[in-house]
Amino acid sequence: MSNTAFIRGVVGLCATTALAAPALADGHALDLSGETVEWVIPFSESGGSAKWANFYAPLLSEALPGQPTVVVKFMPGAGSTKGANWFQEQEYEDGTVIFGTSGSTQFPYLLGDPRVRYEYDDWNVVLASGTGGVAYLPPDLAAQMDGLDATALQDENFIYGSQGATRLDLVPLLAWEMLGLNVEPVFGIEGRGDGRLMFERGEANIDYQTSSSYLSGVVPLVDGGQAVPMMSWGALDADGNIVRDPTFPDMPTFKEVCEATPACETSGEAWDAWKAFFIAGFPAQKMVFLPNGAPENAIQTYSDAFETIKARADFAEISASRLGVYPQMTGSEAASTLELGTTVPDGAKAFVSNWLSERYGVSLDN
Amino acid sequence: MDILATALPALGEAFALILQPQQIGFLLVGVLLGLSVGVFPGLGGIAGLSLVLPFLYGMDPVSGLALMVGLIAVVPTSDTFASVLMGIPGSSASQATVLDGFPLAKKGQAARALSAAFSSSLFGGLLGAAVLTFFILIARPLVLAFGLPEMLMITILGLSMVAILAGRVVLKGLVAACLGLMVGTIGEAGAGGSLRMATYDIPYLIDGLSIVVVGLGIFAIPEIVALLRQDRSISKGGTLGAGWLDGVRDWWANLFLSIRCSVIGVLVGVIPGLGGSVVDWIAYGHTVQSTKDKARFGSGDIRGVIGPESSNNAKEGGGLVPTLIFGIPGSGSMAIFLGGLGLLGYDAGPQLIQSNLDITYTIVWSLALANVFGAGLCILLSGQIARLTTIRFTLLAPFLFMMIAFAAFQSRQSLGDLVALMAVGLLGILLRRFDWSRPAFLIGFVLSYQAENFTNMANQIAASRFRRDVSEGLDYVFSPIVLVLIVVTILSVVIGIRQSRQILPEGVVASGKKRAPLIFALCVLAYLIVAWIDAYTITLTSDRIFPLTVGAAGILGCVSLVIRMILQPETDTVFADREAVGEDAEAPHGLWATLGWFAGLLLLSALCGFVIAAAIFLTMFLRVRAGLSWGRALLGMAGGLAILLTLARTLRRDFPPGLLQELVDLPWPFT
Repeated sequence: MSNTAFIRGVVGLCATTALAAPALADGHALDLSGETVEWVIPFSESGGSAKWANFYAPLLSEALPGQPTVVVKFMPGAGSTKGANWFQEQEYEDGTVIFGTSGSTQFPYLLGDPRVRYEYDDWNVVLASGTGGVAYLPPDLAAQMDGLDATALQDENFIYGSQGATRLDLVPLLAWEMLGLNVEPVFGIEGRGDGRLMFERGEANIDYQTSSSYLSGVVPLVDGGQAVPMMSWGALDADGNIVRDPTFPDMPTFKEVCEATPACETSGEAWDAWKAFFIAGFPAQKMVFLPNGAPENAIQTYSDAFETIKARADFAEISASRLGVYPQMTGSEAASTLELGTTVPDGAKAFVSNWLSERYGVSLDN
Repeated sequence: MDILATALPALGEAFALILQPQQIGFLLVGVLLGLSVGVFPGLGGIAGLSLVLPFLYGMDPVSGLALMVGLIAVVPTSDTFASVLMGIPGSSASQATVLDGFPLAKKGQAARALSAAFSSSLFGGLLGAAVLTFFILIARPLVLAFGLPEMLMITILGLSMVAILAGRVVLKGLVAACLGLMVGTIGEAGAGGSLRMATYDIPYLIDGLSIVVVGLGIFAIPEIVALLRQDRSISKGGTLGAGWLDGVRDWWANLFLSIRCSVIGVLVGVIPGLGGSVVDWIAYGHTVQSTKDKARFGSGDIRGVIGPESSNNAKEGGGLVPTLIFGIPGSGSMAIFLGGLGLLGYDAGPQLIQSNLDITYTIVWSLALANVFGAGLCILLSGQIARLTTIRFTLLAPFLFMMIAFAAFQSRQSLGDLVALMAVGLLGILLRRFDWSRPAFLIGFVLSYQAENFTNMANQIAASRFRRDVSEGLDYVFSPIVLVLIVVTILSVVIGIRQSRQILPEGVVASGKKRAPLIFALCVLAYLIVAWIDAYTITLTSDRIFPLTVGAAGILGCVSLVIRMILQPETDTVFADREAVGEDAEAPHGLWATLGWFAGLLLLSALCGFVIAAAIFLTMFLRVRAGLSWGRALLGMAGGLAILLTLARTLRRDFPPGLLQELVDLPWPFT
């Protein structure tokens, strides 16, 4: 290398560095050393979202540049709309506020609940976690099913402990109704755990749990001969088709049961509505957001941090029992999941609103 | 024998795990944290556990458990300080303790009441652990035997305690309970989500009033205001009569009462879904019913402290059963405990008992050990801390107001908390003034949600069973447990009504003029009617039937009360009015002026945020009302704020923001 070339190179390098310095602050990772990141969860300390956030918080603290303290802060109220409305008012400052949502935040948004003052389009998704669900029956009733055909169960009076028809319970209730089952939801329980207890006491004779609760709470019942899985809700493949849930590969999906049951159709209004709300409630259930106005570098920093967590050698092992075997998505994958989870065709929305008010007397526009 | 063979080896392993210097060390850290957090009303186990949760990840399981369990175990112990010394129910589990504990403090027997309470807590905790050790192995079928009809009957048994706490005019007590039930229905209905006495325009009301705010408003504010008007110390005469040893002796003399109430605590604690809210009332009711001379209950009977305190620590042990066996948390703090258990690598559920019995026993006996440390420490401290009751109350009151407002704000972190606190406080003051039973109101409020939900759900399931087969329906509704509970409830009501005239939960109140009590009764009637009409406009049967029924009962009771007021002469007990004759009437300071100070704090908070408001309030109160020099007033303010800020900083709590904060961005703690 000649001298002039060397000097030119040095000058050039200096110039680029000088020019790039401000851009560096913008284009590269945030440094959060000494900061405290508040991860706001719009539910109480006892729910599934708390479990999920408490799982990620210490890992996120290690993965973020500068190893900030990550604290989970709970802001329950009005079925998560209170916290979400609060987050809507936050402007991006220094990347120390993040927000975790669940299907229960999306459903009121999708159904046009009057309390919703938030807009998903304003937020910036950095992680999307999927989950699944399993419906199960007492052994004597499960034995009545003819293979996958649920027709024989249509004469049974089913009781189901439910948190409310406008919550995630909408998905199982609609599924059972499509199969022609006569399921009477008993509203007013406070968590799916209470629903499982009602089933164990014999007061309820049909129930469903999300995957992680199914693994810890129902599998022992299945092993003990007190419960038999009926079907899983399934999972989405890359093309948006419903396929078997990777956590329960031996279990038929609702789609398979529906196909085998003459009363049920896997096309048409009801099916489209069910599928839309299933996606919003399960494969796109939990998401992490940065507030409105977050710059690209902040979004990138958090996405990278969650990538780093996913790349941990022990991630599969530590997450399997706490989260189930489900995709933890970042970047464009997370964005398309958000898209799937927060857009429902108008027809599906109208069908569900109408069904809720006719079947349960719940009207959403009061 | 089988049980023994399973339990004993695991028990031995558990003790070997706990009794290590490191584990005991963590247990003690947990105990000290729990005690310091529990002293502040409204914070409790949830706040404390959230504080330690970030440190659990990667910790050795037994140490982590010791830390968490130590913390949970002593919260119901240390909240007794606030209940007895200040009349502030620290949590829903210590509401009944206030009834006799606080009058004892006023008599100068705070140290005795405290040490009796702590001895009972200690014993309750130990007995609870001992029972649990064997019970946890066989509890599953028993817990599953408690279905919705059974839980509903226990709720009704809790409500039946109203009979014995109704006060001199039983009708007033009943109307107060109905009012409590109705206030408990405010907000979104549990079943169908219809709004009752609320609108979407006031989001605060949608979730209803929180139990912390109502407890503080109904008990603490009226007591603090009444004491403040006297301008003296809590202990009349400013001395401490009996010492802490007397309290321990009192507990020993009532050992069997303590045993019975501990057993009640374990049993009710075991049933998931009931939580701690009924336990102390059932124990208090049982205490009153089972003693011969009842004259002093409500005005300072030591047994009224021993009963509920024996039960509430035993309940914590009982509450572990559903939490560990079914993985269903019985309370908010148990929910976080489950989260922490997950961080340590264990999942609650049947498999925990089967394959990790030693860990299960570690939890149970860490709880017992923490009770010994915690209550033991409290007994030793109670003599010193009881001296607070000899300080001139005017110097304590501003700090208490600040603490109460901060505690109330923790329930929903909204300015609405402070408004609700003020409104409920005003109701509490009026209930106290006109001698309407405040315990009856509170029991109604606390049990309202459960009473409504269990009724709806049991009714729905029963209907489905009856449709299938009449005998199956009857079997469901009238199970042996339900029948036994019905008998117990009827007995409790009969005994209660017969004896309630002797038991004055609020002491004797003289009668005054007709006008004020009549106006108050008419206001209550007006609210009940409005709430009834509001419920009538709801379309969903499940959401309207309960307020309609309870409201109708309340309206009926209130109308007969008003008729009685019109017919009877002024001397009738129905016209009880504390402002007419007696201590309150002769107080040197007026009611409204005193309440005005508190209202001032809340108003200032709404304007310029809580921290600035508290600074101004403390200084002005100490200077103007207490008559301190400016220098001392400022010193007092600085000290009070320093403690509050440290607490909020460690627990990562925010303060209520005001208008100012909407306009300008200020750094913490002014946000």
